[in-house]
Amino acid sequence: MSKKVGFLQGNEAAAHGALYAGCKFFAGYPITPSTEVSEVLSIELPKVGGKFIQMEDEIGAMAALLGGALAGQKALTSTSGPGLSLKQELIGYGCIAEIPCVVYNVMRGGPSTGMPTGPSQSDVMCARWGTHGDHATIALMPASVQETYDMIVRAFNLAEKYRMPVHVLPDEIVAHMRERIEFREPGELEVIDRATPTVPPAEYKPYDTKFGDVPPLAAFGSGYKFHVTGLNKLPDGFPTTKAEYVQAEEERQIRKVTANIDEIVEFEEFKLEDAEICVVAYGSTSRSARYAVNEAREKGIKAGMFRIKTFWPFPDKQIKALAEKVKGFIVPEMNLGMCSLEIERCAQGKAQILGINRVDGEPINPEQILEKMKEVK
Amino acid sequence: MAFDYEKFIRPGKLPHIWCPGCGHGIVMKGLIRAMDTLNLKKEETAIVSGIGCASRLPGYIDCCTLHTAHGRAAAFATGVKLAKPEMNVILVGGDGDGTAIGGNHFIHACRRNINMTYIIMNNYIYGMTGGQFSPCTPTGHKASTTPYGNPDPGFDVAKLAIGAGATFVARGTAFHANQIDKLIAEAIQHKGFSVVEILDDCPTTYGRRNKYKSVIEMMNRLKEVAVPVKAAEKMTAEQLQGKVLTGVLHKVERPEYCEEYAKVIERAGGNK
Repeated sequence: MSKKVGFLQGNEAAAHGALYAGCKFFAGYPITPSTEVSEVLSIELPKVGGKFIQMEDEIGAMAALLGGALAGQKALTSTSGPGLSLKQELIGYGCIAEIPCVVYNVMRGGPSTGMPTGPSQSDVMCARWGTHGDHATIALMPASVQETYDMIVRAFNLAEKYRMPVHVLPDEIVAHMRERIEFREPGELEVIDRATPTVPPAEYKPYDTKFGDVPPLAAFGSGYKFHVTGLNKLPDGFPTTKAEYVQAEEERQIRKVTANIDEIVEFEEFKLEDAEICVVAYGSTSRSARYAVNEAREKGIKAGMFRIKTFWPFPDKQIKALAEKVKGFIVPEMNLGMCSLEIERCAQGKAQILGINRVDGEPINPEQILEKMKEVK
Repeated sequence: MAFDYEKFIRPGKLPHIWCPGCGHGIVMKGLIRAMDTLNLKKEETAIVSGIGCASRLPGYIDCCTLHTAHGRAAAFATGVKLAKPEMNVILVGGDGDGTAIGGNHFIHACRRNINMTYIIMNNYIYGMTGGQFSPCTPTGHKASTTPYGNPDPGFDVAKLAIGAGATFVARGTAFHANQIDKLIAEAIQHKGFSVVEILDDCPTTYGRRNKYKSVIEMMNRLKEVAVPVKAAEKMTAEQLQGKVLTGVLHKVERPEYCEEYAKVIERAGGNK
């Protein structure tokens, strides 16, 4: 049987990927350039008995999302920069209360309203540190329409597995370009559902570390009564200010990610075996980088690309290893050097780092990257 | 036989955080009696709150309880209710939480007419943070941030709810304890978004700044200003000056949100 194919935008693919993952709940607020996700899911979710709600504002959308997720649903929201800023309060709530959900944020320029229809990659730090307090972050970076579909599925899997909000951060180019896409057959991609309690309701504690760093999560209305709060909490979910509990809980929530970093971090190595120049790229920028690397190779320049697929947690180990091997990193990104700083942190002065930074709403083209290669010494 | 509140209270979670003389405990007891009257199943009841003294209430009640962020109770609760319409969803919180930072979520929950009940404990002040003025602090009154008297006009919570489209709106007071459970029970039974405003007292941060010498004096004020809607019908405008109407203020029928969404699913063919 031939595969079902389509010619979709990244945003449309995101909506279909969410449906594949079993998403039954969407709460959002209209914002360019992510609105197509809402529009597709407003059509598709009711067809599968799912719920779509357009809330009164971005914060309300994040709140309803967490409410739906606590009621047992796989839940998605979509937004863009200004909306991501507004959602931060409750992304933090999702982190501390450990509620799985997916935040799909299309990166446009900023700060503030910026360029609503222009591409950008300047929300990577906002996704990492936008909410206050210590917390772990998982953020995925699709570079094509197919990958957007597949990464949404993976984002749901990671959210469900680690009981936390997970970001998907396409830039506006990926979100709005159209490409051929294969819809996945049932069973073709892994789909993970959150662990639910096996103990009787009377014994259930929502943060019971007896079951490991990711305790099972019951759904409201499933026979289990429990308390959820945004305060630091005890294993039974009730607030505490006891130093030993607060410290241990904060560390556990971060350990959920740090202890599983090799599983969470995905990347692509392209022509890196003998490379002297490593282009580190992500999202649509990696497409220009791939082209530039191929051009460079034809000219006899030993260039390769490290493509970041999981931006958070950052691929520290891989960049450290590359810094030992290559002469220089070229970091093209549609911001003023956010990824470059991470590369600097990992490379520890062992390789040259050259940024190519555009925030003018134009993509970084292969010629710019090729030109920059001349500066690697 | 005395009413057994224990069956709804979570073991080991009392004493509560509220100050002596605070009316929130009276409201909690009223809510418990209402839940008992209606025989609500604890596992099928979600109690959702925001932040503040009143918002600590859910922690004491043995249900599915969700203590959210400041002002966000109505939006979280909307998510829970839409995902699981079969659950009873009750919101509790204070006047600052509900009408200032949560004002947008509040009016839109009213507009949607989603079948939930919102109990607003209006003590005219932000108590937990030490007595700053809220949108419900009367003009001229003192708060820690209105040392020369409050220049702001206050909200009428019930009128706000009616204006925004709530289909059931009632008002009681912490003094009229025996009426609270009846108002809440009627609100829960009403299909649609129901709001019960309970005029409450905060002796610690409001009373002492506004020349109330005791909790009894504050309670007496609630007794004196309250006029049941029935009684008000026979009173002149002059007689009603400075009074506050209590009882069921507004009750109409309008399509309920979750039922309307069920029709969306039906139209989309999602029931197959």
